[in-house]
Amino acid sequence: MKITLKLFASLAVHLPAEVRSSHSLALDMEPGATVADVIQRQGIPPGQCAIVLVDGVWVAKAARAGRVLSEGEVLAIWPPVAGG
Amino acid sequence: MAWTKNVLRVNLEAGTCITEPLNMAWAHDYMGQRGLGTKYLVSEIDPKVDPFSPKNKLIFVTGPLTGTMAATGGRYSVVTKGPLTGAIACSNSGGYFGAELKFAGWDMVIFEGASAKPVYLLITDGQAELVDATHLWGKTVWETEGIIKKQHQDPQIRVASIGRAGENRVLYAGIVNDLHRAAGRSGVGAVMGSKNLKAVAVRGTRTDAYQIADPEAFFAATEAGKKVLAANGVTGQGLPTYGTQVLMNVINELGALPTRNHREVQFEGAKAISGEAMHEKRPTDGKANLVTNGACFGCTIACGRISRMDPNHFSIKDKPQYKGASGGVEYEAAWALGAANGVSDLEALTYANFLCNEDGFDPISFGATVGAAMELYELGLLTKEEVGFELPFGSTEAMVRLAELTAIGEGFGKTIGLGSKRLCAKYGRPELSMTVKGQEFPAYDGRGLQGMGLAYATSNRGACHLRGYMVSPEVLGIPVKMEPQATEGKPAMLKAFQDLTAVVDSSGLCLFTTFAWGL
Repeated sequence: MKITLKLFASLAVHLPAEVRSSHSLALDMEPGATVADVIQRQGIPPGQCAIVLVDGVWVAKAARAGRVLSEGEVLAIWPPVAGG
Repeated sequence: MAWTKNVLRVNLEAGTCITEPLNMAWAHDYMGQRGLGTKYLVSEIDPKVDPFSPKNKLIFVTGPLTGTMAATGGRYSVVTKGPLTGAIACSNSGGYFGAELKFAGWDMVIFEGASAKPVYLLITDGQAELVDATHLWGKTVWETEGIIKKQHQDPQIRVASIGRAGENRVLYAGIVNDLHRAAGRSGVGAVMGSKNLKAVAVRGTRTDAYQIADPEAFFAATEAGKKVLAANGVTGQGLPTYGTQVLMNVINELGALPTRNHREVQFEGAKAISGEAMHEKRPTDGKANLVTNGACFGCTIACGRISRMDPNHFSIKDKPQYKGASGGVEYEAAWALGAANGVSDLEALTYANFLCNEDGFDPISFGATVGAAMELYELGLLTKEEVGFELPFGSTEAMVRLAELTAIGEGFGKTIGLGSKRLCAKYGRPELSMTVKGQEFPAYDGRGLQGMGLAYATSNRGACHLRGYMVSPEVLGIPVKMEPQATEGKPAMLKAFQDLTAVVDSSGLCLFTTFAWGL
């Protein structure tokens, strides 16, 4: 199952150097893989995952282990950030 | 509270500077800065006054914590009747100017009347005088600040001034202090220009300017507050490293980034103009756009962006004054100068932002107005002959040229300087203006973020993201996560944010503390 993982701001270090500036990595995951599985596989500290979106929709912290990803979905993650 | 208890009343017609006592009952009831300045304004002007009439007043006002050791305690506001909206304009700035005014011995300056000739107000430790500014008229903010410092042989003087945009009464001209911090919105700089007031220059060194009632308790409280800011992920790491610009990719991924005059909600060039892109080395010269971050007085967050452009970028090739490090794009400016009109050249955005700082005009209203003009052009309602050049969405050259023309008030820049409401009305399509009360929407789509839409609609100064920042619950999950497109519970949450913001804007502190200290 192919998904796209996007990591922004300081989390981009968890992407291979060659794709870091694109913030985007194509991943091949087992069917049934969850958001939490991707976070674990990439070695991203779960406590640093403040904003987690799948196709632009927020996934709450408590829902990450249960949110099963589908083919073609885009998982985007940010550390604690804000603006104004 | 740290009040000097002094108000400086400057009559520009009579040329007088008179100190009067601060109304402490009002300071108690309205706190300071936004609240107190607004109370003074509505008590002293006719609500129907023409914003450019000498009968309109212009108030520079600090808060009770401005100039203290409280984290971010450097804010001041400029309050007047605004020409863009016809409503009360209250525009808030950081930098070092506000604290310096307090150290010089005043909490507030009220300008009334209009001067017959250009002047600037010089304030030094308990002394205030109006000085001829004929030699400064026609100068930029950057030139004005340099000349005043040189003239008085004091590099520590803090200057708040207008550039040519304020002189030319661009309806969204701002007042810029410390070269790139601005009371930016609603046209407070145009009112200053209408009064022939070029600048306010302040030098304050008084250690007895105000008394803290219990210094030991105050020190303990402010230290505790600073620790919370340092430990918080947003104020301790996110904002210092990436600034507000980190939001570009977040809001784009959410589908709430207004693009090409709100025709679309995602911008294909967002990544190229994001906070992350400012950190990346340019292929052209191997250097990053971002040089460092910067802080205002007393700030322990330091979200400010200091940028240096590619010296070979087409916009500045023969212009050495733009090749040094200066104020870089924040999120709102990058959106307005970029996504709002489809431009994805970070260097061009930085140049236009430099121009906004240099000549004092609001990049949000300017960029959004360019976006509206591009839509009128695409629809065939605005022609190349009228503009002087092609104006399609995404034209970097056109955006840059319009920034230059708006700064100096020439050509089609004069029309852009009217803002999008008047522009779109002029060409018969008022519905293409993305405004509330005539003030342009900022960088969040009110359709994608329903709470922000309600915040724009109910903001008392026209469309604004800083009157009730519903992005916090709708995007960031602060203090709780709310579904962006839902409406349930939003009015009550927005009211809580509006009330909180009113307090922070009246205190002398920066709104960004609320990410750690807020609801």
